[in-house]
Amino acid sequence: MLNSIVIMLGVGVLVGILGAILGIGGGMIITPVLTLGMGLDIKYAIGASLIAVIATSSGATIAYLRDNVLNLRVAMFLEIATSVGAIVGALLTGVLNPIFLYILFGFLLFFSGANMVRKLWGKNSDQITHTDDKIAKDLRLNGSYYDKNLHKEIDYGVTNVPTGFGIMFGAGVASGLLGIGSGAFKVIAMDTFMKMPLKPSSSTSNLMMGVTAAASATIYFFNGSILPQIAVPLALGIIVGAAIGSRVMQIMPTRLMRIIFIPILLYLGLQMILKGFGVTI
Amino acid sequence: MKTSKPATNEMQAVEQTIGKILRWGVIVAATIMIIGLLLYLMSGSLGVATHYHVKNFFELLQGLVTGKPYAVMMTGIFALILTPVLRVVVSIYSFYREHDSLYMVITSLVLVILLTSFWLGIEFHL
Repeated sequence: MLNSIVIMLGVGVLVGILGAILGIGGGMIITPVLTLGMGLDIKYAIGASLIAVIATSSGATIAYLRDNVLNLRVAMFLEIATSVGAIVGALLTGVLNPIFLYILFGFLLFFSGANMVRKLWGKNSDQITHTDDKIAKDLRLNGSYYDKNLHKEIDYGVTNVPTGFGIMFGAGVASGLLGIGSGAFKVIAMDTFMKMPLKPSSSTSNLMMGVTAAASATIYFFNGSILPQIAVPLALGIIVGAAIGSRVMQIMPTRLMRIIFIPILLYLGLQMILKGFGVTI
Repeated sequence: MKTSKPATNEMQAVEQTIGKILRWGVIVAATIMIIGLLLYLMSGSLGVATHYHVKNFFELLQGLVTGKPYAVMMTGIFALILTPVLRVVVSIYSFYREHDSLYMVITSLVLVILLTSFWLGIEFHL
């Protein structure tokens, strides 16, 4: 008993650090540890992942709000798309064949991974746009943050709002239907499509993840898929890890964040495409 | 260091308030979870039958009154689930205070959607 608590605390700290830096939920780490490592039913792994997402989100957001990194207006506006998407996804369970979604989302992850590779090696990598599109202007979505790595305030604009909104809706549907944390898609929507810098994208994704996950959490809470002896030590570890990760990310070079993010995107993409074809890894 | 645009300052004030309240939410949830975990370690069991799971708030309250480690830990988890909701509620109030009516409407809409999903989850076990 003590053993598994200590393991969960340790896994939690790691998941919290990584999740806070990249703006993703830790489902892809937690699920294999619980199912393959500890022989737990996938149902309980999904329940634990959901709690992990909320713990990462709340733990990391405290620091990102204090240091003014995240973009609250972008988060709140896009949250409409993800939470409606999450409900639609939950309602579609059993109606829609998830195979196509797995393949579709798998390719989207691959595309974004490739795009990030391009940004990594391109000459004007991480060039910041200062022109807002009309919707962004009306909604005052532009923002600024202080980059603790570059030691300067960075102002940025936001573009392609409708496309970003659409991807966010898709991310919500995916999290409701497939039971995945859709943090990676949220970062993609902001970084790749809306041209926001990676740091505000990641921290804003962290904020949004919690709200999207909370939208389906009561379902899992009362249907027995949350084992408190697993979820509690995991969540406690994550709160500590997220506090560390949210401080580390701010002093990290954006390039390094991409170098960590790219293999994770490619792995996730591969995992989803294979799952679509009926192979689980 | 920080730009002195009024819009940014206003946003900063909103973010600071939300950050402070969120920190308290997380502290409360973590405290309940730690108490539950200690109870579980001391008694060596969850205090409920194997394969039992809580089905509604009344059962949770019953377990809590009788001091079952399972119920205390689940209450901590529920408190954690409520922190994003708390964050949205405080955002609405902060935007109201900053006279930002557009974002008051947007954030309220998010809250309504969130509450709808809670209700769907509890009523229909989606």
